[in-house]
Amino acid sequence: MANIDIDTLNTLHLDVLKEIGNIGAGNATTALAKLLNKKVDMGVPKVNILELKNVADILGGAENLVVGILLSVSGEVNGMMMFVLEQKSAHILVNILMGREINNISEFTEMDISALKEIGNILTSSYLSSLSALTNLNIVPSIPQMAFDMAGAILSVPAIEFGKIGDKVLLIETEFIEGIDHVMGYFILIPEINSFEKILLSLGVNI
Amino acid sequence: MMGSREIIKVGMADLNIAKYPNILTTLGLGSCVGIALYDPITKIGGLAHIMLPDSTQIKNNSNIAKFADTATLKLVKDMIDIGAKKDRIVAKLAGGAQMFSFSSSNDLMSIGERNILAAQNILAKLNIPIVASDTGENYGRTIELYTENGELLIKTIGHGIKKI
Repeated sequence: MANIDIDTLNTLHLDVLKEIGNIGAGNATTALAKLLNKKVDMGVPKVNILELKNVADILGGAENLVVGILLSVSGEVNGMMMFVLEQKSAHILVNILMGREINNISEFTEMDISALKEIGNILTSSYLSSLSALTNLNIVPSIPQMAFDMAGAILSVPAIEFGKIGDKVLLIETEFIEGIDHVMGYFILIPEINSFEKILLSLGVNI
Repeated sequence: MMGSREIIKVGMADLNIAKYPNILTTLGLGSCVGIALYDPITKIGGLAHIMLPDSTQIKNNSNIAKFADTATLKLVKDMIDIGAKKDRIVAKLAGGAQMFSFSSSNDLMSIGERNILAAQNILAKLNIPIVASDTGENYGRTIELYTENGELLIKTIGHGIKKI
């Protein structure tokens, strides 16, 4: 088996990775729409290959305040999965779910945090289970952890994992937006290098 | 005086030096550690945003700004090259938080803690005193190093602003 490298991925590989974002995020977006009972649109997935020093520029810049729900992925695919919401979107999302006044933005309560973690759990699980069904690979998500902080600080966690093997990070990023109340966020899958290989091979793509 | 100073941004796994009156900054430090060095006489500062503790533990270690050990050595060298004196350099540390509390990790210490420890070790080896630090906890930090006086400004979300 040839060794795959972030720098040697060709257009076909990137298209396949984008398609994974499409299918995973498509399922997660459907799950979100059901939860909210509202229409949720999804953007075109992007495969971002970033230099470590530029990682913090995504998600609105290093100091942008976001809610990050992170889980690690193990089994036949290793890596991390993140569900990221802009601060305001996170408030609106829990307000919708709790049946509160939508624009009532105050501090997150324990209950809000627990709800956000659970939403993260449901959405990332549906992303990963569709990926697992597609590739026939066993994917085991961990319990999600939540942080409410600067985007750069949150992204440092997966970036460090990538930093151990190279100077670039590959993210499959899909944006979603709920039009009426403007809930915006991202699903980000960050597979480890040898996991791309497995994903691509499982889909019959030559490396 | 205020008008002409430049703000020099240091990214993740990146480092830079500056002379008075310029300011060095790095945004959104999470588990990474900001190593700020300063020579008070020449007013030369240096800032590294390191991600990992030890370059000798990693195969692909060509990016020296990524590791506590190699980044510190490079920073000291670059500062001396533009006129700083090693005996006068002092250090301040910030960052090394644990952003998410994973219990499944098989590492005994979090990566943040290991980064802090590695920075302390290399500074001790170089006889550079750590005069102040703001490390650990579970939140991100943005830091600014003022070459005017070596002050390190630390900004956080919900944990206040402080100068060390």
